[in-house]
Amino acid sequence: MRVQVTVNGSGREDEVEPRLLLVHYLREVCGLRAANVGCDTTSCGACTVLLDGVSVKSCTVLAVQANGRSVTTAEGLSGVDGQLHPVQKAFRQEHGLQCGFCTPGMVMATVGFLAENPNPTEQEVREGLEGNFCRCTGYHNIVRAVLSAAGEQSVPGGLSAAAEPSGDLSAAGEPSAPGELSAAGER
Amino acid sequence: MIPSPFEYVAAGSAAEAVDLLRRHGDDAKLLAGGHSLLPMMKVRLAAPSVLVDIGAIPALSYARVEDGQLAIGAATTHQAVATSSVVRAQAPLLAWSAGLVGDPQVRHRGTIGGSLAHADPAADLPMALSAVDGRVVVLGPSGQREIGADEFFQGYFETALAPDEMIVEVRMPTRPGQPWGYQKFTRRANDWAIVGVATVGGRVALANMGPAPVRALFTEQAVAAGATATEAATLAAEESDPAEDIHADAPYRRHLAQVLTKRALVAAGIPA
Repeated sequence: MRVQVTVNGSGREDEVEPRLLLVHYLREVCGLRAANVGCDTTSCGACTVLLDGVSVKSCTVLAVQANGRSVTTAEGLSGVDGQLHPVQKAFRQEHGLQCGFCTPGMVMATVGFLAENPNPTEQEVREGLEGNFCRCTGYHNIVRAVLSAAGEQSVPGGLSAAAEPSGDLSAAGEPSAPGELSAAGER
Repeated sequence: MIPSPFEYVAAGSAAEAVDLLRRHGDDAKLLAGGHSLLPMMKVRLAAPSVLVDIGAIPALSYARVEDGQLAIGAATTHQAVATSSVVRAQAPLLAWSAGLVGDPQVRHRGTIGGSLAHADPAADLPMALSAVDGRVVVLGPSGQREIGADEFFQGYFETALAPDEMIVEVRMPTRPGQPWGYQKFTRRANDWAIVGVATVGGRVALANMGPAPVRALFTEQAVAAGATATEAATLAAEESDPAEDIHADAPYRRHLAQVLTKRALVAAGIPA
């Protein structure tokens, strides 16, 4: 099937098999290797990219589902002059990585998250990145990097999602009492 | 992991999707967000020969109050349900439930209709639909019909949907300001519930306590008769038939159902 996809700002047209996953389209057809295949089961988030500005796990999206849409990978974050994106800069400054395998997914999830919630608390950052695993367990510096990036945001407009702020989306195992909270108008 | 080969068709409308289902019969499956179907296809638990994509039909994504009911389009994502001001005001239990599905990336793709049609008894939304006394609006070759939550879920991954029918809308009573309770017990973040409990308006529904969402009818009757949350919760597992797996055996799940039901009832305003 013929697909037209805007990848990192450039339109392209490719003939793909319907079963081709978006992550394989990006890596093998487009030659963009930032998005990694980690768990391949929608868990680890290493393959996270932006689809029309919203973070998705590209191992669980078909390339044909991106037809007519726009995809951004970590390669597409830096400016024309090669300058790092503020989120990339923050990950570098705060040393928000160890082995680096999860980093492209963490960075893309962060860009999507900050577009939805530009001024998050530390707890909101941790919940906002719950779909991304760092098996080096370097989470503290990653959270610092996200908070630092949020502090000096100049995220290019093309990357911001139109969604409302995500607020409390905790899927924690801790029992909570939403009924009482909801009575107060808060979730 | 690569799915088996299939033919892909993007439907432009719900009617076109139903027509494609009718033409291809059992070989075809609907694709919306794909976050239940694609993982199954990748491990070859499912191998449909035709995928009918309904994920890009704008008319299937909305949340609005209609005739005193909250109506949500089948292809509305979990993220949109969780953050919608209409859903948060009219059915806060459902908004909360949608916000607990998977993780942010999953919620950006997964849809309410997809999760209900998948009918995983451990999932959040089937339990939530049962608790809020919701119904699904289904479109087939001979028109629309409505199915209540308790009739819709028939067993493990089994629903009342015919092969040529699709969910087009989810409906439920509006409950602004009504207290509710929701408990989801997991061992790891992002997981399905080992046991879940959702309650609002006197209804109590359990997740992962049987092959489909289970109504805790004895608990509901006890609450209606004026029992405390503590008393009513002891009856929560009476009508359940929980499976055993690596996380929990059946007695543990029954115990958990009672503990969580008490917490949920208290949150919903029933005296402890």
